[in-house]
Amino acid sequence: MARLLLSRLFQVLLVMMAVTAVAFIIFRYVGDPVNIMSREDASVAEKAELRAALGLDAPVIVQFGRFVGRVAQGDLGNSFRNQRPVAGLIAERLPATLELVLVATLLALLVGIPLGVFCALRPHGWLSRSIQAVSLVGISTPTFVTGIVLILIFSVWLKWLPSFGRGDVVRLGWWTTGFLTTSGLRSLVLPSITLALFQVTLIMRLVRAEMLDVLSSDYIRYARARGLPSGYIHRKLALKNALMPVITVTGLQIGALIAFAIVTETVFQWPGMGLLFIQAVSFVDLPVMAAYLLFVGVMFVTINMLVDVVYAIVDPRLRTAGQ
Amino acid sequence: MMAGVVAILLILASVSAPLIAPSNPLDLASFNLADSEIPPVWAEGGDKRFLLGTDNQGRDMLSAILYGARVSILIGGGAVLLAALIGVCLGLLAGYLGGRTDAVIMRIGDIILSFPTILLALLVAGMARAVFPEAGNPRYVPFVLISAIAIHDWVQYARTVRAAAMVEGAKDYVKAARVIGLPPLRIMFRHILPNVMSPVLVIATINLAGAVLTEATLSFLGVGMPPTYPSLGTLIRIGNEFVFSGIWWIALFPALALVILVLAVNVIGDWLRDRFNPKLRVRQ
Amino acid sequence: MAMVRMMGLAVAGLLAIAAGAAEAKTLRWSSQGDIATMDPYAHTESFTSNMHHHIYDPLVRRNRDLQIEPALATSWRIVEPNRWRFTLRQGVKFHNGNPFTADDVVASITRLIHPGARARGNLSNVTAAEKVDDFTVDFVLTGPYPLLLNDLSGIFIMNKAWLEANNAVIPGNTTTGVTTFASTNANGTGPFVLETYQPDNRTIMNVNPNWWDKPAHNLTRIEFRPIRSDATRVAALLSGEIDMMAPAPLQDLVRIGAADGFKVIEEPSLRLIFLGLNHRAELQGDPGKPNPMKDKRVRQALWHAVDLDTIQRRVMRGKSRTVGTMVAPPIPGYSADLDKPLAFNVDQAKKLLADAGYPNGFKTKLDCSNDRYIADEQTCVAIAAMWTRAGIQVDLKTQSRTTYFPLVDKGESDVYILGWATLPPMDGYSVASALLHSKTGSLGGNNPNGLSDSRLDDLTRRSAVELDEPKRRAMLTEALKIVRDEAYFIPLHQQPVAWAMKKTIEVPVFADEYVRLWFAQVN
Repeated sequence: MARLLLSRLFQVLLVMMAVTAVAFIIFRYVGDPVNIMSREDASVAEKAELRAALGLDAPVIVQFGRFVGRVAQGDLGNSFRNQRPVAGLIAERLPATLELVLVATLLALLVGIPLGVFCALRPHGWLSRSIQAVSLVGISTPTFVTGIVLILIFSVWLKWLPSFGRGDVVRLGWWTTGFLTTSGLRSLVLPSITLALFQVTLIMRLVRAEMLDVLSSDYIRYARARGLPSGYIHRKLALKNALMPVITVTGLQIGALIAFAIVTETVFQWPGMGLLFIQAVSFVDLPVMAAYLLFVGVMFVTINMLVDVVYAIVDPRLRTAGQ
Repeated sequence: MMAGVVAILLILASVSAPLIAPSNPLDLASFNLADSEIPPVWAEGGDKRFLLGTDNQGRDMLSAILYGARVSILIGGGAVLLAALIGVCLGLLAGYLGGRTDAVIMRIGDIILSFPTILLALLVAGMARAVFPEAGNPRYVPFVLISAIAIHDWVQYARTVRAAAMVEGAKDYVKAARVIGLPPLRIMFRHILPNVMSPVLVIATINLAGAVLTEATLSFLGVGMPPTYPSLGTLIRIGNEFVFSGIWWIALFPALALVILVLAVNVIGDWLRDRFNPKLRVRQ
Repeated sequence: MAMVRMMGLAVAGLLAIAAGAAEAKTLRWSSQGDIATMDPYAHTESFTSNMHHHIYDPLVRRNRDLQIEPALATSWRIVEPNRWRFTLRQGVKFHNGNPFTADDVVASITRLIHPGARARGNLSNVTAAEKVDDFTVDFVLTGPYPLLLNDLSGIFIMNKAWLEANNAVIPGNTTTGVTTFASTNANGTGPFVLETYQPDNRTIMNVNPNWWDKPAHNLTRIEFRPIRSDATRVAALLSGEIDMMAPAPLQDLVRIGAADGFKVIEEPSLRLIFLGLNHRAELQGDPGKPNPMKDKRVRQALWHAVDLDTIQRRVMRGKSRTVGTMVAPPIPGYSADLDKPLAFNVDQAKKLLADAGYPNGFKTKLDCSNDRYIADEQTCVAIAAMWTRAGIQVDLKTQSRTTYFPLVDKGESDVYILGWATLPPMDGYSVASALLHSKTGSLGGNNPNGLSDSRLDDLTRRSAVELDEPKRRAMLTEALKIVRDEAYFIPLHQQPVAWAMKKTIEVPVFADEYVRLWFAQVN
């Protein structure tokens, strides 16, 4: 257990180093900050002065050290476009994205697991075959197409649900939540469905495959031979075992969801980090790009590590192996 | 079966777009603004020259879709090829040499895999624009996109090939080859590679669908192919602006084409996977 | 930020108590772009200025008929040819409670004409503002200048004490990236108080209950939400999430107008769209060779090759007006004789190219915004196609206004799309001074690509000091005639202003495209 944790921590450090280095490179070398920040008619002397003021005349390794130092203090510079501290911008956008991802994940689990179980229990029924076929369409449809179609049907045609934004949000300290207002909840419906759709398919297919695997194992055959009721076998034994990998994948997919939220947020004008990032990309707003990368990097490795640890705690085999 | 036929037909149709398309939508001189927004031929006001209607610039939609699909497939295919090439080479190196080379390659792979494709691709596309202002030029965008997608996808090949190379490398015939002094490169490519080709093919097919989707997403977000050289994603982005004005065909047909294309590739991928390698599961 | 937000909340609270009976009238509206900065001197973008006008007041302003009327200044007179004396309004308070005095005007003008201010060109003829007494200010000019009031109608007055307290005396600049506290916060005297400014998300303003003027609107709150995608914006309007959109996409006007409970209002805009050309020695698109566009015949060929009527019919859906000059009819300097485009004639274009020594055309870049003007991207794709048919190799690149305008400002394009509404002065001199005069000092601020014609320089300078109105207008017309004869620019069309809103909203449309919500009524 301890060894596993240590090796994971080492890997986290490694990833963070790499990500910080990339962020630094973006920050420092992609587009000369001096040229970006100085007037077009600035003199050479003025530029040199600015260069010194920004600390860009120091050796690269010193600059990198300073960059790491600043990042560690949460100072990620100012956005070129919004002209505000990047850390603040990200903090402001974070709740929107996390709430969207949370709802989408829950939705994916609530829909995906039952469908997967159903398909595994009746692998040859027409219904599960149709579900399977539809799921293939699901992973073949790009998120943005799903989003546009949903907006057309539910916002424009039926006028049931809002098509953009977060609705009214309630401020809880620095966090803003859309969970506490009707308009906030209504606004969540379409984007979270859009974001969850791909995950539903993934989880469904995974649960089905795992269930089929487990159901054909000796252990279940033995349980059947003992004459245990099939409901008990399916629920208590098979599903429990089949859900193990689902935990891992769902955990890992949270990272992917944060990234895919970029697309969903663009379609629905959802004021989260993804929208911030995509606008930074089209406006070449380097500090925001670098900061987003750093932030998402931290997020991903943390999630990955947590998943590993949870998995180790839950899975007895890994636990004994660790000891 | 159906899917296979559909996929092959679609891919053939789009790759041979210059031969079969009614007009060349990339040639700015070939379309006329005066023909803009003509509905599909079966709708009222349709024109026999334009089977699926025209877009807001007067481009023939059918031609635009065929050429767009071609761009999508070329970029998707290019990305898959590049990723496979890098992945196979690095995987062979890691598996055959082992030790430090192996550790470095696989750690880099781990780091890369902890980021989703779309994020890395956006980042590469975004950085390319910042470094080379010319990266937005239609001539260079495909290469930017191909590298942006391949930078993520090579890891899967590398992992698979490495595992296989380690297994094969321990077998007697490879040991024998080493003993008789065959150069390592020759051993890697002549003896080990053929044994790992089938999983590589399966991964490639599954990745092709993903790569086409990623490209479409990038273009939809506006960092992909420009409007003068549209891929399916770009066509959908443009069409999206018109969905409320009754000019539905500009958005609908490219979106349908994209979904059918990806679906067909996915079905083939599923089939190949079940056939060659039941243990490999869909991975993102 | 925190301070502004707190103030906003306080005001909102006061309102809730004071206005108990009067129900809250919130107007939620959307546009394509967002406010670039809250600093009025850090930019030259009219949409951003428009938004600032709700929070800040100028010394003089435009009324419903776009005529100039007193605002923070109540009267003025010319004491010497280069010295104007303004009497200021008394009893005006900034949103934070600070009283408005002559010190604020002096501090504002000093901040505006600071060399680092992006908007310094908006008041290029003023060298200083001098305090006479607490409510009298003198403006010192470079010489006689007929358009001072026009200029001042777009210059917002900031609070000296607030600038000093927040270390924002130095102006911001969106081009160079200089930012201050004032870039994200605001403290004006205007009809609305900034509550929240969240770029890309929302900007919220509440009514200023202490405004010096009697409100002609009945709003208590404005929520502005930028929505980039036309489709999403229309969806938001039709599904009732916003009350108004300005502008409305041309392709959706028919559908919105036909929808129950919505209306579309239209008016010809003052904004003319044209193509600027590269007048330097080389083209960006084909470096190392002499620039073909230095030749008048080439420029005319480019003009002849554009099929303006088809663009008007198809891209602009019949809502625009094809033009041949650079200012709209109501603008001083306009002449109907000049307002005729060169005829669309590909053969003529090819002949002119051949005469100039380019029988096989040449290579050029065409840069365009895709989110600034009505159907800008479509217009440019259409023009690229037309030029290609005339044998010119066009390298078209469209991008967002945020990266597009810095590119144009730096002179890194060959042909670029530009819209000019002669704002804020609403006078032909705006075109002459910003676009036609060669780039020297504060003149030629938007002439990044080396256009330099001594006749234009001379006419610009003379018209700037000519107090005889007919003579002044004649000079501007003459300058515009030279531009047309030389084909220095390629005029395309006059944009329509088209807004879509719920039927319950009454708001006047203005030809300058400004959304003046202090005239809005929500029923």
